[in-house]
Amino acid sequence: MRVTFTVNGRRHEADDVWEGESLLYVLRERMGLPGSKNACEQGECGSCTVRLDGEPVCACLVAAGQAEGRDLVTVEGLPEYARKRDGTGTEEGAAELAPVQQAFIDAGAVQCGFCTPGLLVAADELIERTPQPSDADIREALSGNLCRCTGYEKILDAVRLAAARQDAEKVEGKV
Amino acid sequence: MEFLRPATWEEALAAKAEHPSAVPIAGGTDVMVEINFDARRPGHLMDLNRIRDLHEWEVGEENVRIGASVPYARIIDRLATELPGLALASHTVGSPQIRNRGSVGGNLGAASPAGDSHPALLAAGAEVEAESVRGTRFIPVEEFYTGVKRNALADDELIKNVHVRKAQGPQQFSKVGTRNAMVIAVCAFGIALHPESRVVRAGLGSVAPTPLRARVAEDFLNAALEDGGYWNSRATLPPSLAREFAELCVGACNPIDDVRGSAAYRRRAVGVMARRTLGWTWESYRKGGSQGRTTEGGAQCA
Repeated sequence: MRVTFTVNGRRHEADDVWEGESLLYVLRERMGLPGSKNACEQGECGSCTVRLDGEPVCACLVAAGQAEGRDLVTVEGLPEYARKRDGTGTEEGAAELAPVQQAFIDAGAVQCGFCTPGLLVAADELIERTPQPSDADIREALSGNLCRCTGYEKILDAVRLAAARQDAEKVEGKV
Repeated sequence: MEFLRPATWEEALAAKAEHPSAVPIAGGTDVMVEINFDARRPGHLMDLNRIRDLHEWEVGEENVRIGASVPYARIIDRLATELPGLALASHTVGSPQIRNRGSVGGNLGAASPAGDSHPALLAAGAEVEAESVRGTRFIPVEEFYTGVKRNALADDELIKNVHVRKAQGPQQFSKVGTRNAMVIAVCAFGIALHPESRVVRAGLGSVAPTPLRARVAEDFLNAALEDGGYWNSRATLPPSLAREFAELCVGACNPIDDVRGSAAYRRRAVGVMARRTLGWTWESYRKGGSQGRTTEGGAQCA
């Protein structure tokens, strides 16, 4: 079957999709978007987290056909998505990384990097929804994302950093 | 495999009548795991996401009608006042990603003995609205679970709504697992005080082939509360009464040893959860509140 949906603001189409195929497989193998990672295929690890009509979901548990006509954001589109939302950076590619991505780098929250795309999408959504998250908020928002390099402390640091920077920017913006 | 995409509920019922073996998929949090792992190859997969009615809920006089596809996240955010036990149970499901997709309707369709919503539904009192081209049935949730991952639906039926009694008093939910997130219950316990009808109901999960009510324990407790005049006096319950209730809840269990825990552990844990949650709800009732505890992670101990 053919599936068509919007990914990161652009219309994507795939043909000959098997009816039982996951959204994750279509993104990675048919649409050339391998940022979302494939690990557990059962919703345990969160490596494939994407935004489906704004909500963080495991792409491995959405049948590709269920995404027909819907709007997706993957880690590849995070910088542009964040720029449009926050009104930061200039139009043409000035913000190469979303603030949450820069914070992960600055905090050293990346080791092997496999869990990182899912964590970035989940963390970005948390800060969008809860600009000043408590530690409990962060832990809950990231509870569906596993890191096996034992990097959780740095990941928590990165989310705190991203939230603090966004907050500081807002204060500056008001002055 | 054929992918069916009904746009309306009527189309879905017609499709299910034509293809009785079609597997409905809403959030996909159970069905897609089976497909990803080659455990299931249905001839027809029927996407219910386009049917708006299934994503809606309505708070009525006595019941809350929850559309079969309403995700757990919505129940936690929007229905915690009317359905505190179900909201607590929903909060223990998987992770935020799973709670954005998974639904009570899906939990019922899968009918796993470990499904998190079942003890809360049993304790609160609920009916499953099943529909087919032949008509509509309202199935008491106690009668809905018929075996391990089996339910009372006919081949041509779909779950349309779940009707849950609005809380009249405190409710609690407790679940044992290795961490707060991403846990399939080792065992789970739901309790609801119904002060208007002077009844306490208790639901057990993951301790028998199906979720079930602890009826002997309920009968004992209800008689003891009545005889002792506790509903009126709101007096502290004697520890012996809570212990006896807990023992009878343990007696309702018929657990197995499996990878998540032993039968003996499950029995032990159910007794502890029964005693604690009765204590929490009764204390809340004594203080005149209708709400249960809202914190998680062992914030209260007994």
